[in-house]
Amino acid sequence: MFKSIVSAGLFSLCVTTGALAGTLDEVKGRGFLNCGSNPGLAGFGLPDDKGQWVGFDIDFCRAVAAAIFDDPTKVKFLPLSGKDRFTALQSGEIDILSRNTTWTQSREVGQGFLFTGITYYDGQGFMTHRKLNLTSALELAGASICVQQGTTTELNLADFFRANNLQYEPVNFATGDEALKAYDTGRCDALTTDASGLYAQRAKLANPDDHVVLPEIISKEPLGPLVRQGDDQWFNLVKWVHFAWLNAEEDGVTSKNLDEKTKSESPEIKRLLGFEGNFGEGLGLTRDWIYRIIKHVGNYGEVFDRNLGEGSKLKIKRGINNLWTKGGLHYAPPVR
Amino acid sequence: MSLSDQSATDRATLLAVWRDPRKRGFIVQALFVLALCLVLVGMFTTLHANMVARGIPTDFSFWNQTAGFDINQTPIAYSPLSTYGRAFLVGLINTLIVASIGLVCTTIIGVIVGISRLSKNRLVSFLAATYVETLRNIPLLLQLLFWYNAILKPLPGPRQSLLFPFGTVLNNRGLFLPLPSLLPGAAWVGAALALGLAASFLVGRGTALKPGWPKTLLCLVLALGPAIIAAMLAPPLAFDRPILKGFNYTGGFRVLPELVALLLGLSLYTAAFIAEIIRAGIMAVPRGQSEAAEALGLPSGLTMRRIILPQALRVVIPPLTSQYLNLIKNSSLAVFIGYPDLVQVFAGTVLNQTGAAVQIIFITMAVYLAVSLVTSFAMNLINRRMALVER
Repeated sequence: MFKSIVSAGLFSLCVTTGALAGTLDEVKGRGFLNCGSNPGLAGFGLPDDKGQWVGFDIDFCRAVAAAIFDDPTKVKFLPLSGKDRFTALQSGEIDILSRNTTWTQSREVGQGFLFTGITYYDGQGFMTHRKLNLTSALELAGASICVQQGTTTELNLADFFRANNLQYEPVNFATGDEALKAYDTGRCDALTTDASGLYAQRAKLANPDDHVVLPEIISKEPLGPLVRQGDDQWFNLVKWVHFAWLNAEEDGVTSKNLDEKTKSESPEIKRLLGFEGNFGEGLGLTRDWIYRIIKHVGNYGEVFDRNLGEGSKLKIKRGINNLWTKGGLHYAPPVR
Repeated sequence: MSLSDQSATDRATLLAVWRDPRKRGFIVQALFVLALCLVLVGMFTTLHANMVARGIPTDFSFWNQTAGFDINQTPIAYSPLSTYGRAFLVGLINTLIVASIGLVCTTIIGVIVGISRLSKNRLVSFLAATYVETLRNIPLLLQLLFWYNAILKPLPGPRQSLLFPFGTVLNNRGLFLPLPSLLPGAAWVGAALALGLAASFLVGRGTALKPGWPKTLLCLVLALGPAIIAAMLAPPLAFDRPILKGFNYTGGFRVLPELVALLLGLSLYTAAFIAEIIRAGIMAVPRGQSEAAEALGLPSGLTMRRIILPQALRVVIPPLTSQYLNLIKNSSLAVFIGYPDLVQVFAGTVLNQTGAAVQIIFITMAVYLAVSLVTSFAMNLINRRMALVER
């Protein structure tokens, strides 16, 4: 009995430490990807009227699934509140967290995560009721402010008011929706979250025009997907899916002209689509991994446009989220 | 005795020990405890190794770090510059505030509804039954969200606040009450009141006046007169009245709408269960008891208070304890309506900012366990006192 217990203990030790490496094998064996998503943020992650998950962050997980399985539907989405998302990733419940999460030092150094890139450059702002006639966030002295709990937002909020020596009252909610509802009923004078989120939330209100987004952006919010530390192979794979998106846009490869581009003589495009070299293998994928991503999900620009940009309800300008070649900040290392 | 004989007797003793059921039981249990310890140690080493491997904090050093976020109900001094440990305390006290007020309210409502359900008046018993069946069959979280939005919806914004006497203000940011603070005059008024009471006591015993209206009046004047005069000369209290400033009223004592909604939801929901427990308790008292009281001509109110309820209480206390515990634990749903309780502040924000999930969840569980154990200990004490009455 004694021996069996000790060996059982040792065995479970090996299994759990073994599980730290090999997320890719686990995903392949399982047959689908576990992706932590937002429970509901228009444009970023929301189930549509048919129950299908759609959005910018959703498409990132679909791109990873397309690269692994050649099938963007092999993803199981787990809706997570801002408060629960990190525990789900720490505990291994999800393989990727793709849910407008801000890249911070403490999350990487202190909490055991690795951000795989910045998919969206954002900043925190305020939305207020138009009837209050505010023109600047500095006029919010003494205001009560609704905020979603478990975010960098809470910290920036405290910093902003402290730095400007202003009083305020925070009202914290577990979900963005509860915060929005309380703001809408008049419990708060302002709602604060990332600017992209503000536009998405405003679109949900009965009369979006009764609400204004104030001009101040009080923080940098580099948003992107993240994975657990300790699995370099998986980290590399997720990171390069992001780079593949950007490189495809830069080379002008889209889901529409993909087959035409396969005939291209450009060495860069040949490498990108897997006709020269074998860049998928090192990631544990096939050589046509980028082809798969573009075929099923499209390049970065297409995904942005469909979910957030001109092709969507939100109509967010590309701005700093454009490619570096077009005056934006997105810059990917080359596939070579 | 040869060596082989020796080992043979040893074996025989061992066998004898094994055959003795008491000794065997002891050995088996000791082995089981040992195995359990090994499994636990194994689990903790694995946990620790995995946490280290993933770069997750494994110690409690976050406790003294600066929190950096704000909380809107702070019964003790707190600012974003305070530590995570301080934030924990604020959350804990906020939970205890809700729990203690909630326990009192839910008991009162529960007893009233429980007795009403047994009323001979059809309308009263029907209403009580409707209350119980409706409230206990709807999930608490939905009720909390309902109360929260139901409270916020009709209340006006700060600029259109409802104004009540004594500077009391009600709006969708909360109920603002004037906050009294003691002035030096309070000592004089207190002394005058004590003096007056003593005088009225002496007069009441000694005077030749017959008991009746003039005597009561005299005593009253003697008791309160000096205090009132002293209060006029030196005001004992100062009131910090809420004033509209900027977006909202400031100053005074403020009750958050989140607290009111949470209390309403928790008390009304738990009261539905308590009502059923009270009803069961009353029905458990033999009918002969109330019949005997009736035969003696006792009025029904007195019968209920002096005969039925005390006996029902014995049956009621154990299940009542579990409802109390439910209320305390359910207060953790506060996070959904924005009340800063322990779960919202500590297991929510602090956990998120530090990433120390294991430690924080462990502490949170330990706190709820401790609060629950203290509550059930107190209830057991009451139960024992009640049980002693039995012959």
